[in-house]
Amino acid sequence: MKNKDFKAFSTLVGGVSRRDFLKYCTIMASSMGLPLGAGAQMAEAVVNPKRPPVIWLSAQECTGCTESLLRATHPTLEHLILDLISLDYHETLSTPSGKQAEEARAASIKENKGKFILVVDGAIPVKDNGIYCMIAGKTVLDILKETAKDALAVIAIGSCSSWGGVPSADPNPTGATPVHKVLADAGIKTPVVNIPGCPPNPYNFLSTVLYFVTFKKLPELDDKARPVFAYGRLIHENCERRPHFDAGRFATEFGDDNHRKGYCLYKLGCKGPETFNNCPALLFGDTGAGTWPVGCGHPCFGCSEQEVGFHKPLFSKASLHLVTPPDTYPHTAEAQGKGATITGVAVAAAAAGAAFAAVNKIAGKLGDDDKKK
Amino acid sequence: MSEESKPLGGEILTKPFLFFAGLFGFSLLLILYRYIAGIGAVSNLSDGYPWGLWIAYDVVAGTAIACGGYAMALLVYVMNKGQYHALVRPALLASMFGYTLAGASIMVDIGRYWNAPNLFTPWYANPNSIMFEVAFCVSTYIFILWIEFAPAFLEGISKYKEHLPSFVRNWNVEGLRKTLNKWLFVFIAIGVLLPTMHQSSLGTLMVIAGWKLTPLWQTPFLPLLFLISAITMGYAIVIFESIYASTGFKRPLETPLLSNLSGIMPWLIGLYLVLRVLDVFLRGVIGAAFKFNLYSLMFWIENGLYVTAIVFLLPRESRSSSRKLFLGAFFMLLAGTVYRFDAFMISFNPGDNWSYFPSFAETVITLGMISFELMAYLYIVKKFPVLPAAEHA
Repeated sequence: MKNKDFKAFSTLVGGVSRRDFLKYCTIMASSMGLPLGAGAQMAEAVVNPKRPPVIWLSAQECTGCTESLLRATHPTLEHLILDLISLDYHETLSTPSGKQAEEARAASIKENKGKFILVVDGAIPVKDNGIYCMIAGKTVLDILKETAKDALAVIAIGSCSSWGGVPSADPNPTGATPVHKVLADAGIKTPVVNIPGCPPNPYNFLSTVLYFVTFKKLPELDDKARPVFAYGRLIHENCERRPHFDAGRFATEFGDDNHRKGYCLYKLGCKGPETFNNCPALLFGDTGAGTWPVGCGHPCFGCSEQEVGFHKPLFSKASLHLVTPPDTYPHTAEAQGKGATITGVAVAAAAAGAAFAAVNKIAGKLGDDDKKK
Repeated sequence: MSEESKPLGGEILTKPFLFFAGLFGFSLLLILYRYIAGIGAVSNLSDGYPWGLWIAYDVVAGTAIACGGYAMALLVYVMNKGQYHALVRPALLASMFGYTLAGASIMVDIGRYWNAPNLFTPWYANPNSIMFEVAFCVSTYIFILWIEFAPAFLEGISKYKEHLPSFVRNWNVEGLRKTLNKWLFVFIAIGVLLPTMHQSSLGTLMVIAGWKLTPLWQTPFLPLLFLISAITMGYAIVIFESIYASTGFKRPLETPLLSNLSGIMPWLIGLYLVLRVLDVFLRGVIGAAFKFNLYSLMFWIENGLYVTAIVFLLPRESRSSSRKLFLGAFFMLLAGTVYRFDAFMISFNPGDNWSYFPSFAETVITLGMISFELMAYLYIVKKFPVLPAAEHA
């Protein structure tokens, strides 16, 4: 990206240097495992004046996803991302409120029909025609249906909109339902991407958005519509405490010796072995090593996994896909070395004997010489 | 220097040479097997005992025995005792091969030997690591030793020009030698500094082993004890080698020069023993010396050997006997070597159920390294001006 291109754009973001901006785009690209150069492509896409508009709907949610997005990112980058995607409606972040806000949403939908990205956080209550969550006199169920059908793609951020999350926990009094199910039931074909987590790692969301903006298509998704780059592997596979699991070293109580030593939390109910996420690799909040639940000594509770987080008891043991470590892992019980063998002792003794014999021979010879004097 | 030293001449392929060549050849096969099948296939090393014979003998004891060059440089160039100059070259020769083969052993001993060149890339260096200090310092000193010894090679080449292939004859060997002689003092200075650093750091290597080293040996004074004993072993090897060479090659003995040189040794050993004993007392671990287990036995054997060396070397009259001089030097070398074996292997205990004794192949590889050193020594003293010219002795 040339400097003059950035200059035109820099007034929008304010206070961000071109270098920081390119760095940010490169980090985004690399966290998705994209090839070198994708960062530059992303930067080009972001400065494009025709940024895709985004409408952010909130249903039965706690605003944790928005908080996560705001806090975990460097402030200037947070501004950048909000400017980048031209956020036309967001109940927490919008400047207008009430009637004006609703008008802005209606205007954006009309103007950008079929071109905007719809982000949804929170589960959709469907019981009793969805009367348990209403905005501006309308049920969120109806708002979602009318907005989603005109959207280019729907991103369900957080476990609530992906699977149902907390509101769907038994006995699910409001009939909380994930977004993709609501849309499927209503026959709306707009593609849905799930970014589960409670809250999800903001970079998993931002990377998906930037990928979409840059390449005009969704990243590779798995069978549960999650981006593979983020949810391709079990937490257990990348966990920093995995060697303790393989070696059979477990914390059995909070605060016991083994817990203090940083042993595996499996017996405390860690759901790492059945939860797909990149937490051990990406960590949280940009605050350095060990900053994620297991790193802090708390078992993973499977927040981002369907039917695990908010459904399985916190301290019940996770089901294991593989009990034994793969062959490529180091052994857990090392051979403790070999003691003396007959050949080993024999050759050492022979060498020592030869050395002493040589010294003895020379000393004997020297003794004769000394006497001659 | 050229009038001081001259090549011995004589046949190269003698019986001892062929014996050493056979042993070296066998060890080469085992080394090859190590590179194909891995360290575990040839050695008894384990996670508990990652350092075995190759480190304890080839590197730690081997470089201390190879301290002759360092000890002589201290004496001749730092203390300005020019009368010992004739002993410098043979000492340097032994040092050069001792250190070079320590480096070669490391390449057999380390698991990821392909990472070894990273030692010289500053961006991979961790200057706070004692391992880095030792590795970098020792490998640099190997280069320095070859430069320090280069004048002998260059003299040899310029003297026998007519026997050499034509492309060598065209080199300006004499010019190179003169330039090198002009700048040699720089390398000598570095060559005194570096062993002072790494011979003490070899002791520090075991300080960081902490509780794994039994209390009779584990002390913050390890670096100082290692340094003093290394210098003493340096003088001992010069005496030992000189007498051995004189007897072996049927040359006149250099006893007066050597007995003067050996005068310093009892004092160094005495200083060492005072420090060693005071340290054991002041740390309150003297009780461990009377437990009558392996450790206390080794403690007495080791220090008994030092005392034996003093007994041989302290009386002035016994220093003029070449036999007592020879045995004194031998006991000093043995004492220093046993001390190093104790500190690195015997008194090292990584915990329950671990055990280590060098395997057949490990010992043969070490013997092969020593054989190569001896072969190289025999060849070079016969072909190049190293040993003092006979009339000087």
